[in-house]
Amino acid sequence: MEYITASCVIRDREIRQNGQLVLRQPGAGLADFLLAAYQHFGAAYPKFYKMDPLSKLGWLAAEGLLAGGFAGGPYDGADIAVVLSNAHSSLDTDYRYFSTMSDIASPALFVYTLPNIVIGEISIRHKLKGENAFFIFDAFDPVFTRDYAGELLDRMRARACICGWVDVLAEEYSAALFLVEREAAGPAFTADNMTAIMNLTNNGNA
Amino acid sequence: MKDIFVVADNIYSPLGATTAENFAQLRRGIRGVRPQARAEIAEDPFYAALFDPGICAGNAAHTKFEQLLIASVGDTLATAGIDPADDRTILILSTTKGNIALLEEGEGNIALLEEGEGNIGLPENGEAGAARLTLGSSARLLARHFGFVNPPLVVSNACISGVLAILTGMRLIRSGRYDTAVVVGADTVTRFVFSGFASFQALSAGPCRPFDQARDGINLGEAAATVVLSAHRRYRGNLRIRGGAMTNDANHISGPSRTGEELAAAIARSLAEAGCRPSAIGHVSAHGTATQYNDEMEARAITLAGLQAVPVNSLKGYYGHTLGAAGLVESIVTLQTMREDLVLPSPGFETNGVSTPLHICTSPLHVPLDHCLKTASGFGGCNAAMVISK
Repeated sequence: MEYITASCVIRDREIRQNGQLVLRQPGAGLADFLLAAYQHFGAAYPKFYKMDPLSKLGWLAAEGLLAGGFAGGPYDGADIAVVLSNAHSSLDTDYRYFSTMSDIASPALFVYTLPNIVIGEISIRHKLKGENAFFIFDAFDPVFTRDYAGELLDRMRARACICGWVDVLAEEYSAALFLVEREAAGPAFTADNMTAIMNLTNNGNA
Repeated sequence: MKDIFVVADNIYSPLGATTAENFAQLRRGIRGVRPQARAEIAEDPFYAALFDPGICAGNAAHTKFEQLLIASVGDTLATAGIDPADDRTILILSTTKGNIALLEEGEGNIALLEEGEGNIGLPENGEAGAARLTLGSSARLLARHFGFVNPPLVVSNACISGVLAILTGMRLIRSGRYDTAVVVGADTVTRFVFSGFASFQALSAGPCRPFDQARDGINLGEAAATVVLSAHRRYRGNLRIRGGAMTNDANHISGPSRTGEELAAAIARSLAEAGCRPSAIGHVSAHGTATQYNDEMEARAITLAGLQAVPVNSLKGYYGHTLGAAGLVESIVTLQTMREDLVLPSPGFETNGVSTPLHICTSPLHVPLDHCLKTASGFGGCNAAMVISK
């Protein structure tokens, strides 16, 4: 049996940690919102400023997700998996790189033209060395995510798994990360529970 | 644990349109990497493995990327005798940049762009931002073309995408969710990709030289490749995907681990899942990009994994780095290597250039092969390893 031991959802200019609203920036553009979120978490991590919006968003969601540590463990970094997905791959940065490459092709920008770089950024920050995978779906697929992450845990490929969704295209963005552990307690790791957490609104209703 | 059999495979590359055509060229030492003068990709001539210009010109309905996918999948379906419309069959697409060429071709491809499913473009990019750019739309187009009924799955995980896609197929079949997986990978060489690798100063001025002292970077390549997997007992006797694992370096987004410990961990987990000791592995098909850092890391990892004496090659000298196709192309060459018990020489290698010397093949090696290992590593710190067995 696996459990959702933490969650962090970022969308509509709001951050929810474990269902609780922790930051709200009505009217903020994405860049301003990401900066406000970085300041909210209070980490000194200068590399954040070099990231593209997709990596910033995923990095912030992971900060919120892991703020309370792991429920089980302690785990070796090699036993923590990261399985993410989105709809637009790295297209947001692809456009930016494409519009500048004829003048100056920037390696610092080009490296972000791959969606899994956000997994790398989160892994560096939290020393995660386990399984990783990045999938593309039109919308978050909680059933596939449950099955894939569940298999990693069931087959002892990982003892904990960070899974979910991180998507950015221009001003449209959404992130929902879930921490899943076996040796813990919490809501069961089901597709329905992920969907419910993702869709929480101000009233706390799905 | 279910055996996962290889039912059919295809490599569609500048060296040939089938696995057999490709391997025949490799046996003769023919390399796809050649000097290229292609102004649409780069101002100056460069070395790469490219399809002839105009190879896809006869088809106005599909982009080059889409045509490569269709050609490769079509060949395997013709020989595999599997039904795409079976609801126990899944199509898995591995790619890094998909239809990114549509950005560059811009107005010349407006007709294709407008066929996308809803405009997702940024306002300032106007028509260049059509839905056909998304990786999901490429997968849907391919699924529709062949009549797959399940929604296709897209894997995009830098240079390990192909190996990850095969292992995802293996895992989905073993979990009982599907009986058959059609796993296809492709990428094309575009100005976008070329300029990016050039900006990293990662491109070799000549043919690439994996693991050699004089190595100075990669050659790019383009290809599509497909492998069909099934657990059905009627394929007993075919080669099997036995196990595999992914790891992350957690070190740097564009540079590999300094120790190789993380790739070594992926290899160790793959061997454990396959039930193989290191001594059982007869051949390693390495990632071997011919950059200083990748090859050094990989040599350390292969040594840490206890495989220092095992015959190793890198196929990058034949195909270049085909990105999202690489893991598939190179795994399929490994399948053929096992069928023929023939390890191919590693082009470009003369003098050891890594701190833990490997057994790099410099001439064809005829040796019985029961178990082989494929490795891959990529940007984002990702590593993958996979064991193929008879």
